[in-house]
Amino acid sequence: MTEHRVPLLKVDNLHVQFSTRRGIARVLDGVSFHLDRGETLGIVGESGSGKSVLFLALLGILEGNASITQGSAQFGGFELLRASQSELANLRGRELAMVFQNPRAALNPIRRVGQQIEDILLRHSAVTRSAVRARAIDALRQVQINDPEARYHAYPFELSGGQCQRVMIAMALACRPALLIADEPTTGLDVTTQAAIMALIRDLTKVRQMATILVTHDLGLAGESCDRIAVMHAGHLVEIAPTARLFSAPRHPYTAKLLACTAYGAESIEDLASVPGQLPNLTRADLPPCRFSERCNRQLAACALPLAYQEIGPAHWVACCNPERAEEAA
Amino acid sequence: MKPSLDTHSDMAGTVWAAWRDRLARLIRPLRRLGWLGFLLRRLAGALPSLCGVIVVTFILTRALPGDPAAYFAGPAASQSAVEEVRHALGLDRSLLVQFGLYLQDLAHWDLGRSVSSGQPVASDLLARLPASLELTVTALLLATLTALPLGVLAATRPGSLVDHLCRIVATAGVSLPTFFTGLLLSFIFYYLLGWAPAPTGRLDPTFEPPATLTGFYLIDSLLAGDGELFFACLGQLILPAVTLALFVIAPIARMTRASMLGVLSSDFVRTARASGLSRPRILYVYALRNALLPVLTTLGMVFSFLLGSSILVEKVFAWPGVGSYALEALIASDYAPVQGFVLALAVLYLLLNLLIDIAYGVVDPRVRLEA
Repeated sequence: MTEHRVPLLKVDNLHVQFSTRRGIARVLDGVSFHLDRGETLGIVGESGSGKSVLFLALLGILEGNASITQGSAQFGGFELLRASQSELANLRGRELAMVFQNPRAALNPIRRVGQQIEDILLRHSAVTRSAVRARAIDALRQVQINDPEARYHAYPFELSGGQCQRVMIAMALACRPALLIADEPTTGLDVTTQAAIMALIRDLTKVRQMATILVTHDLGLAGESCDRIAVMHAGHLVEIAPTARLFSAPRHPYTAKLLACTAYGAESIEDLASVPGQLPNLTRADLPPCRFSERCNRQLAACALPLAYQEIGPAHWVACCNPERAEEAA
Repeated sequence: MKPSLDTHSDMAGTVWAAWRDRLARLIRPLRRLGWLGFLLRRLAGALPSLCGVIVVTFILTRALPGDPAAYFAGPAASQSAVEEVRHALGLDRSLLVQFGLYLQDLAHWDLGRSVSSGQPVASDLLARLPASLELTVTALLLATLTALPLGVLAATRPGSLVDHLCRIVATAGVSLPTFFTGLLLSFIFYYLLGWAPAPTGRLDPTFEPPATLTGFYLIDSLLAGDGELFFACLGQLILPAVTLALFVIAPIARMTRASMLGVLSSDFVRTARASGLSRPRILYVYALRNALLPVLTTLGMVFSFLLGSSILVEKVFAWPGVGSYALEALIASDYAPVQGFVLALAVLYLLLNLLIDIAYGVVDPRVRLEA
């Protein structure tokens, strides 16, 4: 039981900023969450809300103009944010693996996909050169690629988008990581392929009891496969709750508006709302403590106070001083 | 497919298109042959360029100012003597007939005779070509071996000292004309410091040239096992080669830097980093190989710069290559050597482009398998 008490990943008060030509952008501002072993967490937000940056920061592969100014991130008790590049490189691909969007561009265009899987295997596992090929073909077989022996020799341009994403997943899972981060894994794929890829990720992670983080802008997609969902807005994590609870009783006004945007429960297209306004410019000096306040219709004087999290229900946290009322009966 | 020949205006166009179609259909099955097919396809693609080169060199040399007949008849010759020479040279016939004769000669590897030296141009060029090639190829190797690491270093550390150094070398190399760099280098390293031998050709007269196997003195002297001779040849070669190399380091280094920067920020490099691959593996196996593609194109372009500027550099260093040969012929309005020289350079350039196409195929499977 104690294993359940120590989360696999615990991120605390993470701050990341980019120095840009227009000034310093505080793209992540006090992000905290945790993830248990075997759990699936969805991170949902508009583009630019900082959800990808969050994981690039954890993996230590931010661009040169970005810096982590504060915070901690414990992965299995190991502090990621103060680790050296070589320690992080040892973890990446072996314990923490990532699948990206747009798989065709995310694979090396002039290297055979089998070799790209082998590169990772040879880097991280004690596998001999003679055995590595069988392991790579096996990895391709596990992501249900037809004729893996032949596909081993294929270049990414010879494969379809869906097959490329399967290869990406095979690469990510090749070393049996403890945590898979899937960053918009279905963006750029057609709808039927999207469903197949999501099913593949769900099945493989369940069998291996891996924790998964699904980063997406699609609340519906997150709702289908995640145990819990965290909502991000402009570098803040505004609400985190078990999936059913988030859908039935959203408490942050932004979450409520996002849900109103999705087709869930909407009778007709007229019922679909859109979130008013847009993400604030993060380089602004006069950014309010709650970065949603300018788009919000529930503003109070207290919104000008520093942002605080309150636990509003079981495992349900919200960063709002005037949350929506719970309408939930149960 | 039957080309429509309704109008005269687009007749040439349709005939050309029909031929191109026919050629394309002819070479399409080669795709199944893999590598060999790729090579044959590229070779076939070089043929039209070769025809164009033959026509253009012929026209260009006829368009040169000056009357060769008058020149070779001498300043004191009478009008009838000039006409006699003109007839002897075949210059009194129509351009079309001259072109026909030229093609006929080409088919027999006959590039004509230099009127000033009396020697066949083909053998003159063949004797001098290795000297020029040794110079330009050494310069290209030197430039590439310097520019590639410089460009990679500049790209991996943008804004650093190496980056600025790269920019300075690039600017200086482009803005100094080669004959000036050549004179400057001779002045410093031969006249002031005395480190380099006198700029008087391929080999100091105290040495006997190595037995001709490849025509490249460096290789021939090595094959002969004569170390002393090798270093004597190298000493002579270094200044002109550096002069030429300095001129082309700039475009190669800049292209490498730009291309590396682009590739390093691409998605697949991010994937490689997210997979924990080692930095050298990411830099050289993932990034550099992808970044090399535009650099290869630049190399082809740069080689044509080299061929052009080698003419002046050969003159400055008294290098017995084809460039100085052509320059003398040009001054003497001696058609045949100039024509032969331009043709030889064009063929060299075509061959190099073929080589670069092949290199492209080696580096990029998309080129080899799709094209």
